[in-house]
Amino acid sequence: MKKYLSFFRLRFVMGLQYRAAALAGMVTQFFWGFMELMIFRAFYRADAAAFPMTFSATASYLWLQQAFLALFGAWLLENEIFDTIMNGNIAYELCRPIQVYDMWYARSIAKRLSEATLRCVPILVVAALLPEPYGLAAPASFPHFLMFAITLALGVAVTVAFTMLIYVLTFFVVSPQGLRIFFTSATELLAGAVIPLPFFPEGIRKVIELLPFASMQNVPLRVYSGDLSGVEMGRAVFFQIFWLGALVLMGKLLCRTALRRVTVQGG
Amino acid sequence: MIYGAGKISREVCRVRNDGKVFFHRLKDAARLYWRYMSINIRCMMQYKTSFFLSVIGQFLVSFNVFLGILFMFQRFHRVEGFTYSQVLLCFSIVLLEFALAEMFVRGFDAFSGTVRTGEFDRILVRPRNEILQVLGSKFELTRIGRLLQAVVMFVYGVTASGVRWTVLKALTVLFMLVGGVAVFAGLFIIYVAFCFFTLEGLEFMNVFTDGAREFGKYPIGVYGEKILLFATFVIPYALVQYYPLLYLLDMRKSLVYVFLPLAACLFLIPALLFWRFGVRHYKSSGS
Repeated sequence: MKKYLSFFRLRFVMGLQYRAAALAGMVTQFFWGFMELMIFRAFYRADAAAFPMTFSATASYLWLQQAFLALFGAWLLENEIFDTIMNGNIAYELCRPIQVYDMWYARSIAKRLSEATLRCVPILVVAALLPEPYGLAAPASFPHFLMFAITLALGVAVTVAFTMLIYVLTFFVVSPQGLRIFFTSATELLAGAVIPLPFFPEGIRKVIELLPFASMQNVPLRVYSGDLSGVEMGRAVFFQIFWLGALVLMGKLLCRTALRRVTVQGG
Repeated sequence: MIYGAGKISREVCRVRNDGKVFFHRLKDAARLYWRYMSINIRCMMQYKTSFFLSVIGQFLVSFNVFLGILFMFQRFHRVEGFTYSQVLLCFSIVLLEFALAEMFVRGFDAFSGTVRTGEFDRILVRPRNEILQVLGSKFELTRIGRLLQAVVMFVYGVTASGVRWTVLKALTVLFMLVGGVAVFAGLFIIYVAFCFFTLEGLEFMNVFTDGAREFGKYPIGVYGEKILLFATFVIPYALVQYYPLLYLLDMRKSLVYVFLPLAACLFLIPALLFWRFGVRHYKSSGS
């Protein structure tokens, strides 16, 4: 466990070095959040009755989404890992007394956490200062806030477990490009990054809620404002735990199969 | 270069020669650009799988945006007076503008590397216009994925929103495309001109390029008065999107709206001036 913690720490500290990039990212994200909010405001004005969440809950959803973008962004994959597999450096990793899967998992989590740490606070503060109902509202209640923190952690764990599948599947193909394109754009849509899941048509939403994608950002961002609570919330948490277990198990099995027949490329 | 001479009076001769020289130069530049393009395309076709995957990727990214609009309109029927097919018409034109601009002008995208490594020295010593050379360095055919989707949506938008075509409306669409490409090209040029000072590409500029593509999906009026003012007078997005769209949909009648997109081309002037300013300040940083 200690070795994985140090992998985590290394990657985390490294991520904290890129402060200028974080600043630029923050400006972009703040603008993005604002424009999204304007779109939803226009729809809200057009027909408030058809809105599936309260407007304030939607605003909180959008701001939290921007603040924690680095935690859930599906396209934020580590090129280094792909390179390791592609150019044969995986051979070095295999020499080490560690589990490749666990090491990559620790690194990915660390990278996302470090980037989010740099970016989230200013966005959250500014968003909280915006006037009602456009800003980030206070959490629905203290228990909701606690559940938000728990489901946030679970959501990141599920997201990383899913990206691990992409890395591991790279062992079976020659170029990861196709896999990446397909998985990232599917995740973007189905996780609720394009529009929040409650805005999907009823039938489609019911199916998506069973998929692992709905266990990523969808749960914490909605629990925060109380849009998801009671039995529904319980169900969502159950799905998060289920998918975390299933994805990790799947990833580990695939990883073991891959490593058994791994062909080291390059010379 | 001296062309013709002799019996015609000198004055006339000079005027004609100037015209001829200019025309000759233009033809030459076009030929050179065509060469650059064909090299780029042949180069890309060496990696066919990668090319097709990129095309599909481009398609999927904007397809997600499309689905977002589709789902929103399952629930709401109008936004600020625009219907689903009208919004799609708007989105498709912006996407066309952006895809075309990216296809031809994206050579500027990799430019920060050119400045950092001192590669730009090599461009400066060649006896050709720098912009032409940078433009030619990349031709992004992969944007065809986006273009295809835009064309499909455009056809749907036009038929479903019942635009009554006139010659002027066809011209409006043409002008929108010309003006839109000019605005995005201007933004790309400004983006790279910053590299002369910062050496790094500035990520926040994406707000104005990718952001405009992303949020150009809805008519700019949707975002409220202030954004509309900004998009009219600072960066003229609205001139190539919102105002001419109103004319296409018969919401405005004035002929001014037909020609507004052409006015957006003026945006290229400050962009090019800034680029010149940047080139003057270029200090080679490579070894």
